[in-house]
Amino acid sequence: MSVLIYAESWNGKFKKTSFEAISYGVDLASKMDSEAIALTINAESVEELYKYGVAKVISVKNDSLKSFATNSFAGVVKEVADSISAHTIVMLASSNVNSFAPSLSIEWDASLATGVIAEPASFEPFTVNRKVFSNKAHADVVLSKENKVLVVAQNSFGVIENEVSGSSEEFNVSPSDGNVSVESTEMASGKVNLMDAEIVVSAGRGMKSGDNWAMIEEMADLLGAGTACSKPVSDIGWRSHEEHVGQTGKNIAPNLYFAIGISGAIQHVAGVNSSKVIVAINTDEEAPIFKAADYGIVGDAFKVVPELIEKIRTLKG
Amino acid sequence: MKVLVCIGHVPDTTSKINFANNDTEFDSNGIQYVINPHDEFTLARAMFLKEKQGASLTVVNVGPSTTETTLRKSLAIGADNAIRINAEPKDSLFVAQQIAKVAKDGAYDLVMAGKESIDYNGGMVPGLMASILGVPFVNAVVGVDVDGDKISVTREIDGGKETVSATLPVVIAGQKGLVKEEELRIPNMRGIMMARKKPLTVVEPDGDFTMTEFVKFEKPEVKSACKMVSADNVGELIDLLHNEAKAI
Repeated sequence: MSVLIYAESWNGKFKKTSFEAISYGVDLASKMDSEAIALTINAESVEELYKYGVAKVISVKNDSLKSFATNSFAGVVKEVADSISAHTIVMLASSNVNSFAPSLSIEWDASLATGVIAEPASFEPFTVNRKVFSNKAHADVVLSKENKVLVVAQNSFGVIENEVSGSSEEFNVSPSDGNVSVESTEMASGKVNLMDAEIVVSAGRGMKSGDNWAMIEEMADLLGAGTACSKPVSDIGWRSHEEHVGQTGKNIAPNLYFAIGISGAIQHVAGVNSSKVIVAINTDEEAPIFKAADYGIVGDAFKVVPELIEKIRTLKG
Repeated sequence: MKVLVCIGHVPDTTSKINFANNDTEFDSNGIQYVINPHDEFTLARAMFLKEKQGASLTVVNVGPSTTETTLRKSLAIGADNAIRINAEPKDSLFVAQQIAKVAKDGAYDLVMAGKESIDYNGGMVPGLMASILGVPFVNAVVGVDVDGDKISVTREIDGGKETVSATLPVVIAGQKGLVKEEELRIPNMRGIMMARKKPLTVVEPDGDFTMTEFVKFEKPEVKSACKMVSADNVGELIDLLHNEAKAI
């Protein structure tokens, strides 16, 4: 019996989330007295995964899987899971994983849990803790079917290095034709992807106008951070909706989150309170964001942010 | 073209969340319910299919009679008719099975849902439905164009966008960006009056399949007090983030 861990790649390179998936899956497998086996699809340097404790990697290389369709990906993961008699599949949340996990659970007749934030609290019954109510609460969920698919929330378990010597084998699959055809892909250039960012600099209506974002972008650039905004800012159109973090926007969990000129409505906090460290900068000392924050400055962003930029520049030398 | 739009009945986004019965169930005391925000974007986009391309629009949900207010609101926004599947939504698989059956029986060309509900956040129902129906699925959709039996769909991917095409029937899960904020619909008085006369059919659930059970809820721990730094000494914040939090 084994735990199959899907290590996702993009253009041949592993996504950061794949290392967290391996970390989670290896630990889970040891607790379940099972073998941890990683699956990669069209990834190049599969040996990178050994660093995170997995000794066996199944490498699928197939040109028809270079474009994504939920049915073909679900079918291949199921085929591999069956070939190694897996009882549990571990994946990390991403746009593609979130898209094909439901289909995989149907095809593999498995119980599916998404938004998982911890290892199972018990195995009999199999119970995991997951986010609910847009992260305003957590819930223990029992997965009742024999097969289980766990989609773990990003940055909830962390990446654990644990180098082992491993081996990989190629596995031939015959994927069904994708039931959608990819016509075009358009990547945002030169920007740190908000979902992958270690640090996020986010700003709200306190910036007074969309024209005042240069300092936010400058600060983000210096820190190698992604930029984000509150809902009102994206609603007014100062920033694009892709940057909206909060209950109805993106739910993020970076190491460090700066909330600048954001009052911290309950909907906003729900989307960012999984961040490890939250810094709030606001003129209103009563702003609810300070209740969610670890560090705070009561002050005017237009004065504080330029000073922060200078200090960061000094620190970074 | 027949379009089926799934409508979630969820606590308003401003709701404070509490649990009852020894933390085993959601406490609905004093909670205002609304159309799930992601479904609002989807419904608004579906209205364009109705107004510009003559699609017929059915809204559906799984829930007890108390959820009919949300279905009526969707009718007031402009859907033609509503179906309520009369059951407690036990889990995502149960809901997906029920709606998939309605979609199949009604031979809908396009099934639209929000990418997740803001209460249980599974983000599973649309994908489960597509798989049960054996039709293509596109998630996190921010653009849709239908031309005959061809559909072109733009979805958000990590760090960008991707446009795919498929042949109907298809299930798509929409989100913010599918229409502009100002294109979201608010029911007007005429819509509300008309909604009262539109058909709302109640059907009984078929089968009882589940894969998960929620057994206990808890609220995240409250953070310890925020460490305040004087605005006259911004450098201290950077020191703390560097040396104490080790975050930069």
